Amino acid sequence: MAFVIKNGRVIDPASGFDGIADVAIEDGLIREVGEGLSGAEVFDASGLIVAPGFIDMHVHLREPGFEHAETIESGSRAAAAGGFTSICPMPNTSPVNDNATVTSYIIEKARRHAVVNVFPIGAITKDSAGEELAAIGSMLEAGAVAISDDGRPVMNARVMRRAMEFARSFGIPVINHCEDLHLSAGGDMHEGFESVRRGLRGIPGCSEDVMVARDILLAELTGARYHVAHISSRHAVDMVAFAKARGLAVTAETTPHHLALADADMIPYDSNFKMKPPLRSQCDVGAVVAGVVSGAIDAIATDHAPHPGSEKMQEFEKCPFGILGLETAIGVTLESLVHTGKISLIRFVELFTSGPAKILGLKRGTLSPGAPADVTIFSTDREWTYDVNKSFSKSRNSPFDGRTFLGGPVMTIVNGRVAWSG
Amino acid sequence: MRVPHGLLGIEDLTREEIQEVLDRSRNFQPRDRGKLDLLRGRMVVNLFFEASTRTRTSFEIAAKRLGADTISITAQASSVSKGESLVDTLNTLAAMRPDAIIMRHAASGAPHFLQRYLDTPIINAGDGTHEHPTQALLDARTILDRGAALEGLRVAIIGDIAHSRVARSNVYLLSKFGAQIVLCGPASLLPVELQRIAPGITLTTNMREAICQADVIMMLRVQLERQHEASFPASEYFQFYGLRLEHLELARPNVIVMHPGPINRGREISSEVADSQRSVILSQVENGIAVRMAVLERVLRGVRN
Repeated sequence: MAFVIKNGRVIDPASGFDGIADVAIEDGLIREVGEGLSGAEVFDASGLIVAPGFIDMHVHLREPGFEHAETIESGSRAAAAGGFTSICPMPNTSPVNDNATVTSYIIEKARRHAVVNVFPIGAITKDSAGEELAAIGSMLEAGAVAISDDGRPVMNARVMRRAMEFARSFGIPVINHCEDLHLSAGGDMHEGFESVRRGLRGIPGCSEDVMVARDILLAELTGARYHVAHISSRHAVDMVAFAKARGLAVTAETTPHHLALADADMIPYDSNFKMKPPLRSQCDVGAVVAGVVSGAIDAIATDHAPHPGSEKMQEFEKCPFGILGLETAIGVTLESLVHTGKISLIRFVELFTSGPAKILGLKRGTLSPGAPADVTIFSTDREWTYDVNKSFSKSRNSPFDGRTFLGGPVMTIVNGRVAWSG
Repeated sequence: MRVPHGLLGIEDLTREEIQEVLDRSRNFQPRDRGKLDLLRGRMVVNLFFEASTRTRTSFEIAAKRLGADTISITAQASSVSKGESLVDTLNTLAAMRPDAIIMRHAASGAPHFLQRYLDTPIINAGDGTHEHPTQALLDARTILDRGAALEGLRVAIIGDIAHSRVARSNVYLLSKFGAQIVLCGPASLLPVELQRIAPGITLTTNMREAICQADVIMMLRVQLERQHEASFPASEYFQFYGLRLEHLELARPNVIVMHPGPINRGREISSEVADSQRSVILSQVENGIAVRMAVLERVLRGVRN
């Protein structure tokens, strides 16, 4: 009982394939990519892009502990509607995912309720407090794919060193939220002209830079695989490029919003523009875009961070950090990178598929025969407008509400089953 | 998004709009003690989420002298202490149909954020470290009382610029009128980006340089409550950034010394200067009422009775 996606432009960066073809799916696996394929069920993808399932290696699903903001189920539905077939929830839940019991809970919940694949990321330290290493090995055995204290940095360099050393024995990447908390303390937006003008306390770019610099030195010392989460500052991008040039196993992701928005684009005191790292200067945005073009940045991840209106409808400095991202990622990134001619469509697909798959060691993000049938079908020219009130997320905190995009997700297939279609 | 029709800041006003308020305020001398009935039957809510004596009293007197009814609410006594959100508090008050809400809040942008959800005009009586528009208006009025036009005047603003809403509002206003503005303070309180927020600004960390040939010296209070760490050695502040009599010799002979209050004698200004002939601090307070009367009239004129 094959399902065939016909006549789409198939782009598979893992194999370098880019051409009009059919994709046949059977028993939850990719059976074949070729011409003139037939099957019991057919989807005509003429004029659309057929790509390996998109992977978002950085989301917050808020479960367990903050189910009023998001659940594994609601977050997974938002992911599917955004064209993602796999998502990696960060461990800053309550309790923190710092042991195998929580990891197993998330995986079991996902197995029962999620419509996309869920690959949890475990904590680096117990309670993500930055002091004592978490039960890393057993979380990995339970199904975690990487470690991070995301939401917080590992401030203590010695602890970070030990975490890298331990992670190296398992071959997994250590992902750091790079922010020197002493330099960023009390800040609400990027430190610069806009923060000074608005009388808001700043988060300087160097609070990110010093942490990236430290971690790269530690990665060299330990030989660990190291990944910079949501990179946003120009010097941090330069340093990742420097580390790569030295042959270190250093990778980085950025977010669609850091590619699309600068601090000057914020609606004044609107908390839907408040996140960490903050929207930086236009100069930083240019450097992040250039980093994606040059290859210094390996992946795009949304940092989908739902917060209910009760938390976001407050004075700017009182609001929590974070915005939704899953449903707008394709539209925003096409707009910033592809329609502007900065990158090719195959590079665009790579940033969401083989890019993150390689970092996390996932055997996904490709359409090669025998791979799990995760497929993202999207358009590059259909006009649509994002209405956050129709979001599958339980929260509504998006700066892109009401924005019209050219191109977006059309169908999301997870393990051979249609998880969402628009 | 609704169009705000209150007064949120100086930055958004045109020079003509400012001039109108300044001109109108000349008709409202607090010395003319009679009560006017220009705003009879109007209701103004004074909502202060942050301690204030002079501004709150000044607004209240201004409203009363125009014949409006006023209600003053302080955060401690309000439902905010019961955990109500700011939006809900304001919506509740707005549902009682006041004609305007005068608001002070410790968070920058709080009135701007609220105005997006509220039809009632908000008059910003100071938001965090952002703007304090009526202070800038009364300062301009005070400078103009000394005869000079604002254009070409050299105005030194000295102190904790980073955390000063008074400085920002004054910079916007003075710049629109073509004054030369010198901002001065220790580097940690003087972000370099300030130079670009309006035309005509220079920065210096040297107080003598700032005062040299100044027509106006505005001293600012060190806002210890807004500093979350010691960004300069506190014991050295007065030595390097406190205004003393000897400094006045560097300025123009007819220089005036201003301060938004409350003053800390011996911290940013010496007693001798505060009480000197050059000090216009009490004229500022007096002009505050006149200017706020003009602002209230302007805002409420746009509201249906």
